[in-house]
Parts: sequence; C-alpha cells; structure tokens
Amino acid sequence: MKKTYVSMELNGEPVEFLAEPSQTLLECLRDTLHLTGTKEGCGDGNCGSCCVMLDGTLVTSCLVLGVEAEGRTVKTVEGMATGAKLHPLQKAFIDHAALQCGICTPGFLVAAKALLDQEPDPSEERIRLWLANNLCRCTGYDKIVRAVQAAAKEIREEKQAQ
Amino acid sequence: MSTPSYNVIGTRPPRHDGADKVTGRAIYAADFQMNGLLHGAMVRSTHAHAILKRVDTTKAAAFPGVVAVVTADDFPQTPDRIVDLGEGETPVSHLRGNVLAKGKVLYQGHAIAAVAATSLQAAEQAAKLIEVEYEPLPCVLTAVEAMADGAPLLHGGDTNVTAHVHHAMGDSDAAFAGAAVLIEREFTTATVHQGYIEPHAATVLWNNDGRVNVWCSTQGSFVVRDVVSCLLDLPVSQVRVTPTEIGGGFGGKIPVYLEPVAALLSKKSGRPVKLVMSRRDVFEGSGPTPGSMMRVKIGADADGKFIAAQAFLAYEAGAYAGGMVGAGAMCVFAAYDIANQTIDGYDVLVNKPSTAAYRAPGAPNAAFATESVVDEIARELKMDPLELRLRNASREGTRRADGPKFRRVGCVEVIEAMQAHPHYSAPLGEPSHAEAKRGRGVAIGYWFNIGLPSSCVISVNADGTANLIEGSTDIGGTRTSIAMQAAEVMGIPVDQIQPTVVDTDTIGYTGVTGGSRTTYATGWAAHDAAQDVIRQMKLRAAKLWQTEAVDFADGVFRAGERAMTFAELAGKMSETGGPVVGQASVNPRGAGGSFAGVIVDVEVDTGTGKTTVLRFTAVQDAGRAIHPSYVEGQMQGGSVQGIGWALNEEYWMNPEGRMMNASLLDYRMPTILDVPMIDTQIVEVPNPAHPFGVRGVGEANIVSPPAGIANAIRDAIGVRLYHLPMNPPAVAAAIGGQK
Repeated sequence: MKKTYVSMELNGEPVEFLAEPSQTLLECLRDTLHLTGTKEGCGDGNCGSCCVMLDGTLVTSCLVLGVEAEGRTVKTVEGMATGAKLHPLQKAFIDHAALQCGICTPGFLVAAKALLDQEPDPSEERIRLWLANNLCRCTGYDKIVRAVQAAAKEIREEKQAQ
Repeated sequence: MSTPSYNVIGTRPPRHDGADKVTGRAIYAADFQMNGLLHGAMVRSTHAHAILKRVDTTKAAAFPGVVAVVTADDFPQTPDRIVDLGEGETPVSHLRGNVLAKGKVLYQGHAIAAVAATSLQAAEQAAKLIEVEYEPLPCVLTAVEAMADGAPLLHGGDTNVTAHVHHAMGDSDAAFAGAAVLIEREFTTATVHQGYIEPHAATVLWNNDGRVNVWCSTQGSFVVRDVVSCLLDLPVSQVRVTPTEIGGGFGGKIPVYLEPVAALLSKKSGRPVKLVMSRRDVFEGSGPTPGSMMRVKIGADADGKFIAAQAFLAYEAGAYAGGMVGAGAMCVFAAYDIANQTIDGYDVLVNKPSTAAYRAPGAPNAAFATESVVDEIARELKMDPLELRLRNASREGTRRADGPKFRRVGCVEVIEAMQAHPHYSAPLGEPSHAEAKRGRGVAIGYWFNIGLPSSCVISVNADGTANLIEGSTDIGGTRTSIAMQAAEVMGIPVDQIQPTVVDTDTIGYTGVTGGSRTTYATGWAAHDAAQDVIRQMKLRAAKLWQTEAVDFADGVFRAGERAMTFAELAGKMSETGGPVVGQASVNPRGAGGSFAGVIVDVEVDTGTGKTTVLRFTAVQDAGRAIHPSYVEGQMQGGSVQGIGWALNEEYWMNPEGRMMNASLLDYRMPTILDVPMIDTQIVEVPNPAHPFGVRGVGEANIVSPPAGIANAIRDAIGVRLYHLPMNPPAVAAAIGGQK
C-alpha cells in the first residue's frame, strides 16, 4: 500500500516522514526516524515501555498509528535532557539505582515526567497509581518510587530557588 | 573474620552505563541497525504435539520482497552428539530441534520456518503463506500426567521421565518412627515465565568472508557463539558475538533461539537479518520455568529438632530433557541440618516450551513445599517459626543430602537478623474492613550460586585512569560492581575506570551472566587483573628508582622515602617499558551459597479471595555487598517476582496445549500498584573463597517469597493453600471449603 506523508514536531524540532498505513507511531519513531530510546515490550499497550507524549498527553505509542501524528507534537525520552543537563528524573533514576536492565526506564521516565509536570508533590499512592501501566521486572519498583519522590523534591526546590 | 576497611567496596557510585540508559541512547538488540538489513518473521506451531507432514514454503518464497526462506532442512545435518555449550549437557539434535522443529512439533509456539524480507510487513505477510500440514497427536501438559501409564510420549521410548535424581543419607524411613510430629503434604505449582520486558532479538550477518557476526540480547555471548558454531558446523573462531544491552533475562536469555535461524537466513540472502520475538512468541516460544508436583515429609522430635525428611519432586522439563529438578533436589532441604534424608527428583517431558532457568531455578518450587511443612510443624509444636528454623539451621560443616558439606554460610545469621528485625515484632494492625483478615508469614531459602570461567583485561592510561574490558553482559549494574573491585585493588576511584562489555573476539571465554556469578567470578577476574597491573607497575617503579622493594598501599607506590601515586607512575609508562596491561582469567570453584529469608504481612479479603501484601522485609546474606544499592535492588526485584509467582502468575493452558493468557495483560505480573515498599536487610557473612568475600546475590532472594506468602495467608485465614498461584479464586475456594 502507498505510504502517507506525515509531518509532526518531535522533541521540539519539525520532522517529516513516510508511514505505511498500518505502521504504529512506535515503529515510525524507531524504524523510520531511528529514535530507538522508546522501547517495545509487548506491542499491545500493556507494558508501558513505549510511552511518549502526544500533544501533551501520555500515550503508549504502540497503540497510536504513525499517520495519526500528522500535525501534532511528540516528545520522547530523547527530548528529556536539556543539552548536557539531565532532567532531575533522569539523574534521580541513576542516583537511586532505579534501573537495572534499563529497558523499561525510558517509559517510566516519560510517564513520571507527565505526572510531575501536573502534580509537583504526588503521594506514594498517587505515584503508584499513575505508573501502574508501566511494568518493570527487575527492581520491584521500590527504588523507582523513591527516585520519583526525590526528583519531585528537587524540581520543587529548583522552582522555589528561581 | 573482621571487617577490612575499604575505600570503594561498600560505596554507592553511579553506574557507568547510567547516562546511556536514561537518555535512550543505550542500544538493545532490537535497536540495532545496519545497512541492507532484512527483517525476519517466524512460523510457529499452532499445535502442542503433532507430526509435521508437510512444510511448503513455495508461496512465501515468491512473495514480493522476500529474499530467503529457511526450515530445519537448511541446517547442516551433522551426526548427533552430546555437547555442553553452557546450558548443560544436551544432544545437538535437541538444540537444533528446539530452534527449528524437524519431523514433529512438541509445543504450541515451536518454531518451524522463517522468512527474511526487505520489510517486516512483507516478512510477516509471507510467513502466513507458508503451508504447514499437521497430524495432531494427543498432548500432555503436566509432570504428573506425563508420568502416568499410557501418557503420550514426546520422544518415543517408554517414558517421559528423562532423569531421576536420587540423594539419600541416613535412613529416613526408620528415623520417622521416632518423630513426635510428622507432617507430609503434597504441593503443585503452575508453569511461570521469567517475564523480562525486552523480547528476544538478534541480528546476524554471514559475511562474504565466511565469518558469522551476531548482535543479540543474551546472558552469555560465548554460549551463543558456541551454539551457533555447533549448529552451523563452523569453527568457533568463525563466529563473533557482540552482546548488545540486555533488557532483563533472569535465566531465560541463556538458551539460544533466534541466532542460528537468523544466521541461516543471512547465509541464504547474503545480507544481515534481524529477528525479533513478539510478546506472544516470548511466552510460547521461550522460557518458561517448570510447573511442578512435590511431596515433602518432615519429622521432628518434641523439641523441634528435625530428625528425618523426604521429598518427591516431579518438575516439567518442557519439550526437551534438562529441566530444573536437579537444582530443586539440591536445595529442597539445604537450609536445615537433617541427618536422615531421601530426595527423589524427576525431570519430565511435557508439551510446553523447553524450560529455562529462572532465578534460582527449581528452588522456589521446592522451598514452597518445605517451608510450608516447616510452618505446620511450628504450629503443631506451638513454637516460634523462626526459633524452629534456627534450631535446625544449616551451619559450617552441615552435610547436604546431595553430598557437599557447607563451608562458612550465613543461614543462622539470616534467621537471627529476621528475629531482630522490627518488622517481626511489629503489630499486624487492624484489618481494613469487616471481611478482611491479616496474617504474617516467614520463610527462608537457599541458592548455591556458581563459579564458571571469567576473563578481564585492564589497560592503564597515562593520566592514571584505566579501561577495563570483560565478557559478562550487564543486566543490573555489574559493569560497576566489577570495576569497583578493580578500583579497590588499584587504589583509584571507580569513576577513573571505564568498564566495557566486549564481543567474543576481544576477551577470553566468560560464562553466562547467571547463577549469581558475575560480581563473584568476573569481579574476581577484575581483582586479579588489577593485581597484575599493580605487580607490573611495582616493577616500573623499581626500574625508575633502581630498587627492588616497592610497596603499594592506598594508591601510592613507595620505596623508602620515595613515593608516587598511581597516576604519577602511570604517566611514566612510556619511559619504563611501554603500556601496562593487566589480565586475568579465573574458574573459581568456591562459589559461596547464599541464604535469604522474608517476613511478609498480608491482608486477605475473605469475600473476594484477594491477597494484598501489606509489608515485606527481605533479608539476604550477600557475603560482601560490593554496591549495596544493587544488592538491595536484586533483593527487591527477586521479592516482587516471588510475589507474582505466589499470587498471580501462571501459564493458563487449554486441554489442547494452547496458552490462553499469552499477553502482559492476562499473564499478570506485579505492577507498581500491587506491591508495597520492599524493606531490605543485607547480612554480610563473607565468603572465605572470594578475595572480597562476595557470595553473589541475584537469586536466593526469590526462593522464599512464595512460601512466606503462603504461610502469611495461612496465618490470616486459618487454612493453607497447597498450590501456586494463590490467586483470588483459589483463596476464595479454600475459604469456602473450610466453611
């Protein structure tokens, strides 16, 4: 089948690509645009490894078609750091040993950022509820919760200092 | 042993691969790209047991975009022989047959054929055009059914039992006569999957010079190299395996599935070929770890001393021999000093994927049985369950029924740490509603850990930093825990050492990342390579100072009044003889087993049967915790996998052998919402057979959680469950049966 032209904003920059009608946004990001930070763990929306932001909404990109991204804004894990400076969540995941194999990490980071952008001081229960769509098989989640709490605190303190 | 003072060991530096993994830059197997890459798709059996009457690839081969199609017939048909390529002894025909079925399919999901095409879409469409004609055979899905007379036989002969393990000491039958308490119970556990989030993936280029290049996600790059060279009948030196980052394994990424198939496709097409499993493929075509049936009988005297024990273990092997029952039989009573024991274990073929290791493989099943029976004995004797365990705990000198005598082990220290933990004496708290009941359970477990060969090379740079290369794929931060051991020896900060996991051409043979061996054995190689560096640098200092006696301590070389730091001397390598490269290879035999235990509080909703874990404390003997955060992480991860095993996870098979829940929605692994914080307490009883006392911590932590949760549920509702998983319907039924 003929491919469809798609233009969208990706991590703050305009991009254009051709998508097969059946290709998911995840496949377009990984295979066409070569941004492989977004991972595929299941292909049916149940593991959260492919989380990205689509027009400011957290989505599992394996359940979005590439052609649906036309004219929209997509943010992935590759867009989280500011130049050489890691986002506080990225730094907290390293400092708190919140990753082991690291395959689920991009999804957790994108999802956690979506939470902290809306709620600067979420409770443990709220963090667990929000991240319940993201599976991690290595960590038992303890250090992930603590890393999100630590990053939230740092972001709040950064804002206060400004 | 007094605690030595360390500069690096016991600290919590950031991991060397951290930035790559939080920015999305780390390259995992499915991320790997290459010019001219073809995409592959597999055809898998829709029957659990059938004769393959015909496999016709004509239409697929003619499909636009298809470049190559392969079946089992494309393998060199070398004579069968027994090999041990890092997965245990197995016939070549079984390795080959599991990769691509020949003549017969043995489980639903068994690979039959593969296609390579210019796009994934074309490959997937073409794969659907491969015609497979089956003659279905009756299937058998559990060890008990497969051992029965008249059961369908997977590999002919007269039985599905491929091995009988027997260990005995003393006379358990006679000794039971003297028991004041005698408990015998039967247990079953469902088949479960390792559940790593990254599906298997591999890219292979069979180059024009005849060399086979493999990029893949594996726990053992040398295992992949050796299996690929064996199945393709090539010299080992013709195969180079470059391990990518690996997205979890837990034992399930030791077996080789995709690489030989991608190699055949690449040979036929002359181009690199990538194969990636879907999540359904992962469930149906890889892993799992055995379901089991176990009978355990333990007799104790009136003081609670165990006087005799017997175990019967029947574990699923899956489609090929070589399951996990041997390890189960080694571990079933390992925590206890019992003079009279008889242990029988059976490895039984069933029409499920060939089972793979899963974190202390075989031990959680056995511990579920043993620790449940021990809990019942404590109740009969009205004795504190930890006091009962302490009274019988294995110590230095305790002999296991399978032969070995324990050297210094931490079983007693783990139990004492559990007794002293505030959790053990904390009140359970009031149930959250009228139909809820709360309970507390404890359990302990053992895993022996393994050694195996490891190699390490350290190159010193002129600025005093160093580059370390090793062959252990890093699943959980082992680059750092290995580099820390080298840094300790070299007297420099660990951020001055850059560790890299390299391909099989570049480093000496290194065994799998498994058996809790990486920080232990590859860390040992790093320790020895660092000592080699220091030995050479002392000679350089001696040359400079024209002396013979140079000492090295705390990062400083000294001879009399003269002193130079590591970095200062590193700057003088050129003038003293050229680069300093230290290296070491080890094959340690002294893996120190690890004991671990859990204290678990649960609340059971007696209306729905749902169990909620309220509080969870994991205690483990690490020997020496090199990086305490990573030790805690192993304990927390193993604990939560154990919670999933206990409460939810299972292969739900229909009578025809089809897995009905082959998705991450229906195969219900714990989410972040299902579990509490996991408290950890690291016990350190140094392993006398490791330079720093390391025991290895990856596995023992999953052994006791299912039993601990079972004992907590029993405490809450007054009725015991004998089957895993203890999901809401099972708990509700147990409560209903009691009413």
